[in-house]
Amino acid sequence: MFDPKLVIDGLGHFGPYGGRFVPEALIGALEELEAAHSSALQDPIFQAELAELHRTYSGRPSIITEAKRFAQHAGGARIILKREDLNHTGSHKINNVLGQALLTKRMGKTRIIAETGAGQHGVASATAAALMGLECVVYMGEEDTKRQSLNVARMKLLGAKVVPVTSGSRTLKDAINEAMRDWVTNVENTHYLLGTVAGPHPFPTMVRDFHKIIGEEARAQVIELTGKLPDAVLACVGGGSNAIGIFHDFIKDIDVRLIGLEAGGDGVETGRHAATITGGTRGVLHGTRSYVLQDENGQTVESHSISAGLDYPGVGPEHAYLHDIGRAEYRAITDAQAMAAFALLCQTEGIIPAIETAHALAGAIQIGNELGPDATLLINLSGRGDKDVQTAADYFGIPL
Amino acid sequence: MSTNTALDQLFVKTRAENRAALIAYIPAGFPSQAGCHKVIETLAKAGVDAIEIGYPYSDPVMDGPTIQAAATQALENGTGVTEVFAALKHATDQGVAAVVMTYWNPIERYGVAKFAQAIADNGGSGVITPDLTIEESDEWRAAVKTSSINPIYVVAPSTKPERLVKVTDHCGGFIYAASMMGVTGGRSGISSAAGELVARLREVSNKPISVGLGVSNREQAKEVAAFADGVIVGSAFIKAIQDAPDEESALAAVAHLASELAKGVREAR
Repeated sequence: MFDPKLVIDGLGHFGPYGGRFVPEALIGALEELEAAHSSALQDPIFQAELAELHRTYSGRPSIITEAKRFAQHAGGARIILKREDLNHTGSHKINNVLGQALLTKRMGKTRIIAETGAGQHGVASATAAALMGLECVVYMGEEDTKRQSLNVARMKLLGAKVVPVTSGSRTLKDAINEAMRDWVTNVENTHYLLGTVAGPHPFPTMVRDFHKIIGEEARAQVIELTGKLPDAVLACVGGGSNAIGIFHDFIKDIDVRLIGLEAGGDGVETGRHAATITGGTRGVLHGTRSYVLQDENGQTVESHSISAGLDYPGVGPEHAYLHDIGRAEYRAITDAQAMAAFALLCQTEGIIPAIETAHALAGAIQIGNELGPDATLLINLSGRGDKDVQTAADYFGIPL
Repeated sequence: MSTNTALDQLFVKTRAENRAALIAYIPAGFPSQAGCHKVIETLAKAGVDAIEIGYPYSDPVMDGPTIQAAATQALENGTGVTEVFAALKHATDQGVAAVVMTYWNPIERYGVAKFAQAIADNGGSGVITPDLTIEESDEWRAAVKTSSINPIYVVAPSTKPERLVKVTDHCGGFIYAASMMGVTGGRSGISSAAGELVARLREVSNKPISVGLGVSNREQAKEVAAFADGVIVGSAFIKAIQDAPDEESALAAVAHLASELAKGVREAR
């Protein structure tokens, strides 16, 4: 049987993927973080503190909701939503930031920096920083600060400093570049609170460890509700943190299909997309080897998606590995397909999902129709769509 | 490391002359393809001992705003691997030792063994790989050995003693000592961390040590040349070119800065 433990060596590799491609100046900080994470995993006091925050601050365990009216459009399959949108700050991102903020204090650091695309991770980071009395600087591509001005205001209200990044394509990847530059310079007192399962070791495993609670809860909840495991687990994939979070506890259940839905933008064939596994090639970006959207000279190609949170030309290395060994499958969902699913969930279930999450819902419509009414699908409803009201109103021609 | 590259020979010579070598950095394709070649000629004539050809990259996390802007301009000029090797060849044709400095992904994309061999075929001495950690370097180490070029790794003030041994063991040509914790770009003063790092390196290695990051004028070059085998200057040349109103004055500014720095590395000891 497939053993997920086998894929990790001491250097953070998942088969040929992962590892550490960073300036030597950051090695000390990464080793310190790795040690802090390992010791925290064994430390009952740390685990109790995190569990208490989950219970009394985030609102965990998040519930599951069966989407019966939505299911009528998905081949009649049972559709079960894991409601990460109901967490404090409105998405799964809070799981990771609370864990890393506690680690920051454990390491004696006083300042966190973070990158953000849609603003969800930035808001979550600013929230955790406020809660724990840490200084917080969020790097955000200038384009994204315009697309997501409401989240910029939220971060500022929470006491964070938001730095618009004007280099490169002025989006998420450039925000990560700028955060890494800050980190190299200020590593002594600063922790880089990376928001996804990408980046150099130990980030992909550490961020996964903080999110795997999603799948652990959902697995038990689905079994309690239905008496069996689901046939498939679906999640959207940008960097891939919510997907790894819900997949991880199911990796050992080899009969459960794990399906990641990438951002297909205008369609993978147009070149204007962010479907890194579907349309990319093996490469190194932001400190890790994975799939990358790149040209023949190894330059990163700009990604495109209606969803700022999926608009990233890389993907977590564990996803690359799960893809290559055939344990998980990845499909691209176009902007149009995602927005149709977005509207459908709003109107059939009274839930406004994040546009990121709408990609997973579009996948559920496809898979449900393929498998039919006997199937049970678990979908990670990774975030709520309040932040996307402007984008959705523009898309559907609703005057504001 | 049993190489005998132009870079290896350079440090034998400068050690015999009891001085530090002056190493200049210029991205391929900056300010233009032809302009880059003229800058290379100017640097060589003005007394620079070795040239680093930068491979402009879309995501330069080690670089400050000056080199970022130059890389963006070079990419807009259509610079790819062909232009990088052409600039390298042009530098070696001027009689100076030349290396390529690149982030790792372009090497992996081109083909690791093929890249190392292309460096050798174009007269290059080696490659500086600032984001390739020793743990990820197995394939690269085999490739540089086959092609007899120098693998140059970067160490930082934060690098721990046991790791310093591990990294320097694998360096060839020289050890690149980053003078401080930070990205590339001129600073008002040289951090004391540079001297401390070089002293720590001397305890574990007798290989040549070059110091980079933040050196921008004759005084700073002199200061670093007192304790290092090589002084690396990058952003200051790029800034001189960016600030000049036209190509002619840019080349004059490069020539002036290079000759000042060349004096600096000779008056230190």
